[in-house]
Amino acid sequence: MNQTLSINGLGTGELDAFSLDVAPGRILCLSGPSGSGKSRLLRAVADLDPHDGEASLNGTPAHNLKADEWRRRVMLVPAESRWWHDTVGEHCGEPRESDLTALGFEPDVHQWPVSRLSSGEKQRLALYRALSLDPEALLLDEPTANLDEATRERVEQWLARRIHDQGLPTFWVAHDPGQIARVGDTHYRISGRRLEEVNHGTD
Amino acid sequence: MELIELEYWQLALASVLVILLAACSWWVRLGFGRSLVIAAVRTTIQLSLIGLILEALFSVGALGWVALMGVAMVILAGREVMMRQRRRLRGGWAFGIGTSAMFVSAFTIAVMTLLIVIRPDPWYQPQYAIPLLGMMLGNTMNGIALSLDRLTDTVWRQREDIEGRLMLGQRWQEAISDIRREAMRSGMIPTINMMAAAGLVSLPGMMTGQILAGSPPALAVKYQILLMFTIAAGTGFGTMLAVTAGSYRLFDHRQRLRTDRITDPTH
Repeated sequence: MNQTLSINGLGTGELDAFSLDVAPGRILCLSGPSGSGKSRLLRAVADLDPHDGEASLNGTPAHNLKADEWRRRVMLVPAESRWWHDTVGEHCGEPRESDLTALGFEPDVHQWPVSRLSSGEKQRLALYRALSLDPEALLLDEPTANLDEATRERVEQWLARRIHDQGLPTFWVAHDPGQIARVGDTHYRISGRRLEEVNHGTD
Repeated sequence: MELIELEYWQLALASVLVILLAACSWWVRLGFGRSLVIAAVRTTIQLSLIGLILEALFSVGALGWVALMGVAMVILAGREVMMRQRRRLRGGWAFGIGTSAMFVSAFTIAVMTLLIVIRPDPWYQPQYAIPLLGMMLGNTMNGIALSLDRLTDTVWRQREDIEGRLMLGQRWQEAISDIRREAMRSGMIPTINMMAAAGLVSLPGMMTGQILAGSPPALAVKYQILLMFTIAAGTGFGTMLAVTAGSYRLFDHRQRLRTDRITDPTH
């Protein structure tokens, strides 16, 4: 299931059209000032907003798939997760104990009521929920923003491992230069209306 | 049984009650005196006008005029459905969906009831056709207005939940299913409650009118039951149609939630 996520001339209201490829299992870190259009870019790739150009997964352009099928494969995890059923389990696929343990949860978290989750738990469970549905590419909008330092490290390692093991091409929006250096295979920054690659030298 | 004629001075006597109420409102500054008087004047003028129109229509009785009257009623009801929604679909869709849903449900069921059940001669005899259509439209209009208002308002407030569901790869029908069900329910509940409470708490308006006008209660009851059934069907099918069409319009061909197609009442 190793697939490349390609962006061909994709443009949004804030950003000029750009093209690039993310190889299987590679993480593209995206940074930029708030309001520069990072979230809009991810939404355009997931085909949630009208946009120019197109994304394709292993050569299959988004419009060749039904929109729900595209989003199931190229899954966006927003910065603020939403929960609409009563319990955690109703939102997720089959329970996966190894993932839950890695994220610091007991297996019975599937029975937890959503109303009792803290913002950090919600964020971790939103990542777990997305991966439990077996996507083929990931679009992560600040996946560790609401987490304390110890948990952040744990989640970051788990995510990076899953992305590499399953060969998921990934967009990862991040602010922290340390995190970008740890997980990013490439780093792009939004500057004005353009997306430019950042070279970190030899670090 | 003979009808007791109602004279204008008797109506004037009843209007004194309304004027007294308005005076009280002014006295204790309740602030509804003005709108009460305006509404009372409107009711008098509107009903007198419709009385004149019905008198003329009944004396002519031609199919063309009855049909014209019916179409005018559907369009006015469609406008009312649109006005009652806080957030509407833009570009004439609020009016279009409401009006076509009423046309398909209320209008069709009224015609079928005339042709198959009541069977006056001719079938479009305005004494039967116009009140039947009027009662059905009034109730269907309420149901559709309530359900469309509920649909657009809930979609607006829960837009992030809906998008969250789309992001996980749900189809649009699935992402909006709970809201759609709730919207249909809220359109149907007044009609269900009305049927359940009929005769216990209040006597339905049409039956009361018929009895006051001298009809035997047993016959009035039969007409009322017939009307309840047609109203329930008209409201139910109309609501389902309107909510289905409305939800369809809230998404585009790529199953994106298009809240930009709903008006924002704050502007």
